[in-house]
Amino acid sequence: MRRSSGQAALASFAGLVCLFLVLPSLIVVPMSFNADNLLRFPPQGFSLTWYQTYFGQEDWQSATWNSLEIALSVTALATALGTVAALALIRGRIALRSLYIYLMLTPMIVPPIVSAVSMYGVFAQFKLVGTLPGMVLAHTVLALPFVIINVAAVLQRMDWRVEQAARSLGASALQAFFLVTLPLIRPGLIVAAIFAFITSFDEVVVALYISGSRAVTLPVQMWSGLRFEINPVVAAVSSLLLGLSVASLLAIGLLRRVATGERGTST
Amino acid sequence: MASSGAAPGARDRRQARHHADPDRRRLTRLGLLGLPALAFVAVFLLYPLALLIETSFHSKAGDWSLEQYARIATTPVYGLVLWKTAWVAGLVTLIDFVVGYPFAVALTRARGAWRLVLLAAVLMPFWTNLLVRTYGWIVVLHPNGLLNTLLIRLGLITEPIELVQNTTGVLIGMTQIMLPYMVLPIAAQIEKMDRRLLQAARSLGASATRTFWHVYFPLTLPGVFAGALVTLVLSLGFFVIPALLGGRRDVLIAQLIDFNLTKVLNWEFAAALGTLLLMVTMGLFLAAQRWFRLDSLWTEAS
Repeated sequence: MRRSSGQAALASFAGLVCLFLVLPSLIVVPMSFNADNLLRFPPQGFSLTWYQTYFGQEDWQSATWNSLEIALSVTALATALGTVAALALIRGRIALRSLYIYLMLTPMIVPPIVSAVSMYGVFAQFKLVGTLPGMVLAHTVLALPFVIINVAAVLQRMDWRVEQAARSLGASALQAFFLVTLPLIRPGLIVAAIFAFITSFDEVVVALYISGSRAVTLPVQMWSGLRFEINPVVAAVSSLLLGLSVASLLAIGLLRRVATGERGTST
Repeated sequence: MASSGAAPGARDRRQARHHADPDRRRLTRLGLLGLPALAFVAVFLLYPLALLIETSFHSKAGDWSLEQYARIATTPVYGLVLWKTAWVAGLVTLIDFVVGYPFAVALTRARGAWRLVLLAAVLMPFWTNLLVRTYGWIVVLHPNGLLNTLLIRLGLITEPIELVQNTTGVLIGMTQIMLPYMVLPIAAQIEKMDRRLLQAARSLGASATRTFWHVYFPLTLPGVFAGALVTLVLSLGFFVIPALLGGRRDVLIAQLIDFNLTKVLNWEFAAALGTLLLMVTMGLFLAAQRWFRLDSLWTEAS
């Protein structure tokens, strides 16, 4: 009896924490249909004004396209570089292996403001501030550790005898990698790519420094919309981004299930 | 793979392996594939960080000096900012531990749909844009926001309480943003625990409370340390939440760095503050390495 009441208390506490974690994000959805341009809860009336403004205004649209272009390039570059590095880490011999791991994890550990400030100095010298390539390079550095961690994890779980079998049956190293290993680690690669995309697409602090005035990204544009007075368009953008987050969370959940299913059959 | 049976001298053996073992050479070649990513991080982050550290030891005129650090140490207002940064980060870590530990326990005990709900709630923040969540907090905490409207309608208050543009706003926002970083390592540690130890304690006559404090809790400590470290370190360097939810008196070190670089244009002083934050962060991580393997915890949490 005492035990079950304790469990009920724990469960209701967990429920409250869930609300604390989720509610402040979900609240942006009703706010986006506010007919008033003042921040007031509950929102007054119903309108699609803020969505219209978002889709109609040049600065919001160019910020969105910049963000997509940067994030997609980062996804390609970071996934390629990171997969190769993870392969070297798990399969190859690396001198000073643990030093290598520490160095590759630094982008994740260094406080964003410190990365931003120090990158700014160097990027300005090379005229990379305010350019899309500059943003791609900066965000690729930040995304690399997430790719390496995710790909290294699937590589570690993979059964190498399958690749050895391919080699002993006459496949070249490259053939074995592209025809055997790659399909086996594909779910992990997709998870890594999504991580890379989100890292770039959501990043704001480094972007504030490197994007300048000509490569403004969506988070930077939102930052300006929150910094001094609240621009109600942010509510519409936020709701759209929230939809994107829920979609990617579901996608990751499904992929993880596929990945663990494969692990179950291979070991 | 290595030759067995015969026992030649150590040098011969090393030489033989060097020449004869194609597998080993292949592995070394594979290891070289790690270089492009390393070069990338070195050029675009490690080199800039090295320059930042170097700059911090320059005076405004450009010669070597400890002037910037002396200025941090001797100007009371900077001491106040550092103290407030440490205080906010420490308090956020403490609150997240108090809230996150029972939540992690609930998460590991939950089954079926309830487990999915709790897991989604703790993972969703990782996938939600930080500015979306910050905006959400502004809607909740604003004088005309959800919380004040609710409290006024319930008759609990007559005038809106100031919850945003001050330290309260910063603490509430940061506590929520950091909570998943506390919960996930603790939950991972609980899942790893050998349940037979708990049964053994109970069967040897320990009460449930005693079993919790003497067996269960100590076994989860590595997870607690990992979660607390990540929460503390991320909070120390946090820029977005204090800037958007805090008031003018809630300047923490990250904003001070930003202010000195973009408004005062004092690159050397901003570099010294940045170096200080970097050293504290790295120091905490290296100290933590003595207790647990951090990289393995990251993999589990992600």
